[in-house]
Amino acid sequence: MRKSFLSENPSVLWFIAALGLFTLVITLLSEATGAGLISTSFVKTLGKTLCLCLIAIAMDVVWGYCGILSLGHFAFFGIGGYAIGMWLMYARTEGIVLESLSGQTIPPTPQEISDAIGNQIFGVVGSSEFPLIWAFADSLFLQLLMVVLVPGLLALVFGWLAFRSRVTGVYLSILTQAMTLALSLYLFQNDSGLRGNNGLSGLQNIPGFEGTPQSTIAIVFFLISATALGAGYVFFAWIVSGKMGSVIKGIRDNEARVRFLGYHVESYKLFVFTITAVISGIAGALYYPQAGIINPGEIAPIASIYLAVWVAIGGRGRLYGAVIGAAFVSLLSSWFTGGGAPDINLGFYIIQWTDWWLVLLGLSFVAVTLLFPKGIGGLFDYLVRKQP
Amino acid sequence: MSMLLEVSGVSVSFDGFRAINNLSINFAPAELRAIIGPNGAGKTTFMDIVTGKTKPDEGHVIWGDRNISLLGLSESQIAMEGIGRKFQKPTVFEDQTVRQNLAMALKNPRGPFAVLTHKKTARNAARIEAIAAEIGLLDSLTRPAGELSHGQKQWLEIGMLLAQDPRLLLVDEPAAGMTVEEREKTTDILRRAAETRAVVVVEHDMEFVRRLNCKVTVLHEGSVLAEGSLDHVTANQQVIDVYLGRSHA
Repeated sequence: MRKSFLSENPSVLWFIAALGLFTLVITLLSEATGAGLISTSFVKTLGKTLCLCLIAIAMDVVWGYCGILSLGHFAFFGIGGYAIGMWLMYARTEGIVLESLSGQTIPPTPQEISDAIGNQIFGVVGSSEFPLIWAFADSLFLQLLMVVLVPGLLALVFGWLAFRSRVTGVYLSILTQAMTLALSLYLFQNDSGLRGNNGLSGLQNIPGFEGTPQSTIAIVFFLISATALGAGYVFFAWIVSGKMGSVIKGIRDNEARVRFLGYHVESYKLFVFTITAVISGIAGALYYPQAGIINPGEIAPIASIYLAVWVAIGGRGRLYGAVIGAAFVSLLSSWFTGGGAPDINLGFYIIQWTDWWLVLLGLSFVAVTLLFPKGIGGLFDYLVRKQP
Repeated sequence: MSMLLEVSGVSVSFDGFRAINNLSINFAPAELRAIIGPNGAGKTTFMDIVTGKTKPDEGHVIWGDRNISLLGLSESQIAMEGIGRKFQKPTVFEDQTVRQNLAMALKNPRGPFAVLTHKKTARNAARIEAIAAEIGLLDSLTRPAGELSHGQKQWLEIGMLLAQDPRLLLVDEPAAGMTVEEREKTTDILRRAAETRAVVVVEHDMEFVRRLNCKVTVLHEGSVLAEGSLDHVTANQQVIDVYLGRSHA
């Protein structure tokens, strides 16, 4: 079964080989495990980029293969980040609190410890009480379960309501935008229980590994992210190949026809929407420990639109296209906005890329949509076809 | 003989326009039937009602040996009950190969998890090849459906209907845009299919209907105007009036 799937999809093997080689090279050049030619911060950037590639292939499955233009998948990414962030923040604060209280002659009561942790975490929003949603924050296992369950359940309920009412096309896109906007606005509130606009911070410090240098933590997360991307790629390639792929591509091309063939289209859409939301949550849970901080601005509607732009530029309906688009555009974006690109002096006006990058991105999105609807990934088709 | 499908007293209006007006029509388990009628006679709306796309305002649609009502069922449930529909415009999945198109239509469990764990079997492959041979596309199994000619796409769609193994096939204008040879072949495919199941052909083209050589139902303004052999109905003065647009009576 597996063997026939991989032999029928050689591009999957090529992708895994390329990803493996890339991972090996970075590991050999990194500060912690190799020659030290690549800085720790750049290893983190690459690790984060791999997570963005993972959510991009999820987006490609839901949009490029199933035709559902979700502009809310970053909400699931953010939820995954918050879920793991809660444990990271709780466990680390607990460690600090226990250490500072250990000098006291009278051992602190559990209530005192809990109050002190609450004060540390929620003092910034004028509170010290643990909200209900932090009930499992002391358990890494349960919070990891939340990474999968919360995005999955939200997608299941949202998708069930939307698809059952046969909301499609631009109306569905608007609904998904509303979902991520509502979640973002809710989290901005100080009494949301997740520290309002401060978000969760210090996530790069992994509890239990206080003595481990960041360079090692960075390369470990980089390797985990690469593994997750590889596994996610194989998983999604399996989903979109074979008969399942036929049906969901059929739904994209002619939903009514698939319905008259006897398929319950809504179940398929719900399946694809939910499974991609879960993978997006996992990607977010790997991203934010590398970013170090998550706040509600991360899941603003624009983030999900960027995601669609990456996939469109990389090439819809091919998984490697989504990876190329996400990696290329997000790295280019940090180069331009991070001051890497030199300003252009026109004499009468100086083009500063920190301001003009968005214009360039917007123009390239329009150009790709109009001129190269298959995106960068379409170039591969062209090259493959040229060779006999 | 008990009927496969009984439509009785069905009416439906769109914004005050009565597209179907107290329509009653029955089909036997194995018969070939042509439905003709001028534009706006309600032919497509009739198919929409039977396949669940449109819900009628009143009337009954009773199906099969168990006499179940189709009115409470969704499109996919009706399709699973054994009613297949071919649209006027050929709608095949152009990005996918002929084999993939047929495999999708082939009668098999339709749930997402059954499909996800679906394995290719020799039996399914044999069924696909038998259907491809029937519609004359055995040599084209690996071609993308988008590359097929117009006539071949129509056949592929009929083949997808056959793959569903329905008890009733609703076929909307199968001969539109076909050459003479293609029409002959289409006629053969439909007549062979009608040996084991009910095939209902909606058609404008009298010549094609004559070739089908079957019972004909004439629809006009949403109800049955005449029924019988083609010679019988074309001799009917009302049918002549409707088709030639004479307004004297």
